Amino acid sequence: MGLFTSSIARKVTMSLSGLFLVIFLAQHLVINSASVFSPETFNSWSHFMGTNGLVQFVMQPILIIGVLLHFIMGFILESQNRKARPIKYGVFKGNNNSSWVSRNMILSGIVILVFLAVHMYDFFFPEIAYKYVSMGPEDPTRYYAETVGKFADPIRTFGYVLAFVLLGMHLWHGFSSAFQSIGFNNKYSRALQGFTKFYAVVVPLGFIFIALYHFLNQ
Amino acid sequence: MKLTLKIWRQKNGQTKGAFQTYSLDNVSGDMSFLEMLDVLNEDLINNNEEPVVFDHDCREGICGACSLQINGEPHGPDALITTCQLHMRSFNDGDTITIEPFRAAAFPVIKDLMVDRSAFERIQQAGGYISVNTSGNTIDANTIPVDKASADAAFDAATCIGCGACVAACKNASAMLFTSAKVSQFSLLPQGKVEATQRVLNMVEQMDKEGFGNCTNTGACEAECPKGISLEFIARMNREYLKASIKG
Repeated sequence: MGLFTSSIARKVTMSLSGLFLVIFLAQHLVINSASVFSPETFNSWSHFMGTNGLVQFVMQPILIIGVLLHFIMGFILESQNRKARPIKYGVFKGNNNSSWVSRNMILSGIVILVFLAVHMYDFFFPEIAYKYVSMGPEDPTRYYAETVGKFADPIRTFGYVLAFVLLGMHLWHGFSSAFQSIGFNNKYSRALQGFTKFYAVVVPLGFIFIALYHFLNQ
Repeated sequence: MKLTLKIWRQKNGQTKGAFQTYSLDNVSGDMSFLEMLDVLNEDLINNNEEPVVFDHDCREGICGACSLQINGEPHGPDALITTCQLHMRSFNDGDTITIEPFRAAAFPVIKDLMVDRSAFERIQQAGGYISVNTSGNTIDANTIPVDKASADAAFDAATCIGCGACVAACKNASAMLFTSAKVSQFSLLPQGKVEATQRVLNMVEQMDKEGFGNCTNTGACEAECPKGISLEFIARMNREYLKASIKG
């Protein structure tokens, strides 16, 4: 039972769902980057992702479960952690022993959650409505214009960039922390930590670059 | 030097506490932090005031009795020492020093700066031991070969004095560093391997029952630990726990 309810189980749940989302993010960036160099490639990849049965009915539900697990568990952990110190310190010098980013994962997480809600409203729900409610005709060329059109609005683009800065901060701590949680801390950890920090900077920057590229090329 | 002390005063666990300000003259840089509090208490007693209650015992950094959150850090600003090893030369003339108890739901305040850390004792009792028959025919421990790396790592873990600075420093008041050190000091050695599965399950279960928070790997515990216990022990405990849970 402890495997599901203990504090370590909760850490491991955060870790594994987080690592899964990290892999998803890399895949998402690869597809998005096609929109910069070839609208046709972007359309064909997006069409594949939007119509392939395995992606739609196996990968997509797993992804949704992964996202929900990560967020719900994050909020449960946060509420338990707050209860563990009901009276706060008068003076607390957290910066002397830990990074701001590591102490404020809930803040960066909430910003990412808000971003995800907007993202679902922009892309996922219209897509589901198009395919499964209004039963729109299959059109493998519509994805590029739909995506790029979203970056015409400067406020939306700014929000997008801001969310990815916060995602980078979240990954800066979260990606390497996920390995510690599942017990991976050995002679390879230093190299792995280098990779996780590199990923935390480069992947969000990639998303930001694509957003700004489309915003400036409207 | 002359200091202003903002000290948390609380009559008992049932009443609310508050900061009270005291000023103290003629503090020598060679005094330990606890000696400085002794001087303050002598002044308070001479003035017919209630002295400040704080934990202390060996005053040489090995018993884990002294605590105190000093200017926002457990055991004060210096690294790898306990409060009793902190000297007043680490402060400057005219400084204001804020002194609070270690704060955690699992460490309720008894009075003023003294907290009840018996939650740590209960975690130890849940599995922090090995079952060796000591009725007269005990085999010499050195007859069991132990590799140097494991012996060193076990000793590193065993240097934990259970002071609770890890809990005090952690933003979540998590006891993972303490528990992981106490799990590892046994499980790294052949004598401890026999009961390793049940030990980690029981100690983590007790840790959770006591109401400590969850570890989020900020590393504050390691940075503030007076004995420099490494986060590697937490990873080791996580590994052991997962293995033990699957084994049952």
